[in-house]
Amino acid sequence: MQSIGDALGLAVALVLSGDPDLLEIVLLSLQVSLTATVLACMIGLPIGALVAIGRFRGRNAVLILMNALMGLPPVVVGLLVYLHLSRSGPLGFLGLLYTPTAMIIAQTILIAPIIAALSRQVLEDLHTEYADQFRSFCLTRLQTVQALLWDARYSLLTVGLAGFGRAVAEVGAVIIVGGNIDHLTRVMTTAIALETSKGELGLALALGMILLAIALGVNAAVQSVRMTAARQAYV
Amino acid sequence: MFDASMMRTAPESRATQVSPILPLTMRDVVLRFGGATVLDGVSLDLGSRGCTVIMGPNGAGKSLLLKLMHGLIAPGSGDILWGGARPSEVMSRQALVFQKPVLLRRSVAANIDFVLKARRKDRSRRTALLEHVGLLHKADQPARLLSGGEAQRLALARALATDPEVLFLDEPTASLDPASVLAIERIMSDARQRGVRVVLVTHDVGQARRMADDVVFLHRGRIAEHSPASDFFPEPRCAAARDYVNGRIVV
Repeated sequence: MQSIGDALGLAVALVLSGDPDLLEIVLLSLQVSLTATVLACMIGLPIGALVAIGRFRGRNAVLILMNALMGLPPVVVGLLVYLHLSRSGPLGFLGLLYTPTAMIIAQTILIAPIIAALSRQVLEDLHTEYADQFRSFCLTRLQTVQALLWDARYSLLTVGLAGFGRAVAEVGAVIIVGGNIDHLTRVMTTAIALETSKGELGLALALGMILLAIALGVNAAVQSVRMTAARQAYV
Repeated sequence: MFDASMMRTAPESRATQVSPILPLTMRDVVLRFGGATVLDGVSLDLGSRGCTVIMGPNGAGKSLLLKLMHGLIAPGSGDILWGGARPSEVMSRQALVFQKPVLLRRSVAANIDFVLKARRKDRSRRTALLEHVGLLHKADQPARLLSGGEAQRLALARALATDPEVLFLDEPTASLDPASVLAIERIMSDARQRGVRVVLVTHDVGQARRMADDVVFLHRGRIAEHSPASDFFPEPRCAAARDYVNGRIVV
């Protein structure tokens, strides 16, 4: 067990030295979570848009379900994906368990409901403003959805960010389906969990600092894009 | 110079394909919201040409009448027929410019492009349309930073991009300065000259005098008077319209 001071010193040294193992872990984390975010957006945004403009029976039930799924526990998602991908599972023949692909699948399932539920809210507000005009233009449903998604693009960036933040910070799903295998499926959060339990606080703290820095950096970037957009009244 | 032929896509060929949209016939139209009757027993005939101005105090049901005609809302009872067709069937042959223009969060040019693309119109007409409403120099600016008058002109250009046979305008010049009012009235007059049927809601009695071929006066959800402008403006028949035109407050 190291003192916090020692651990902090080690962490800073690790980050500054550009340790290749550390870099590998960081890059894999970003690769997995960014891919999951893009996939979750491809699934979640159309669903959010369709529910936003749709008026159908059972819509309220769908809304409740979507909102409830936002709180999916990562370990439960990990377990479900594990059951499907394990040797004896229905998708076991794909041999995906303990690969980055399995981690991407788990995180996509975890954050797609977040993207869908948050984008639904954003797009419904926008649709309230545009609805009469769009009906007057006699737009098709597809044209309406496309226009809403494009016009809400800067608000949806924040939605995507919420999904990415959830993905990159979760540990429960990726540790179950990825297995935290060194040089293969070890990402920042699983490494932090492992190193902490081993008492190797330096590496854990270094990864924690990088995770925080990434969160700050991505938020700052999105915020600056939004401010540029706001100056043009596009938000 | 502005080339009028760029504004419309071959009206003759379209006329041969589809039945005429006018006249409009409304019979005993009633519209209720909850328990309140907002339009009651509205019967109205609009001929095939010209500019109809709808006037009346706030809450008389002018905007709702416009939306009923266009098909954005359905009446509780009564018939609305455009050359025999229901409003929803001919909505794409009409355009409505809303009181508060709903501009997309895009550039001025992209607002026109959006409609031209969605309605499968000739995309190259964008320049002509923007020039027509005097916004060509603002083509690349964000639409939502336009002034009130500019925003309304862009909404008008976008409406004209759909080649409407009927153009509805809901108080297009409310709270605009005289120069903007003039610009918009010129665009409306030009559309009317080209055979577009114009239906205009306004509170501006001066504008009604300048634009109207016939006047519909709505009062408390009913049509109090529908007369040719030449009869209405010297002296409206109904007392409420007379007070309104003469600047007395009508409630």
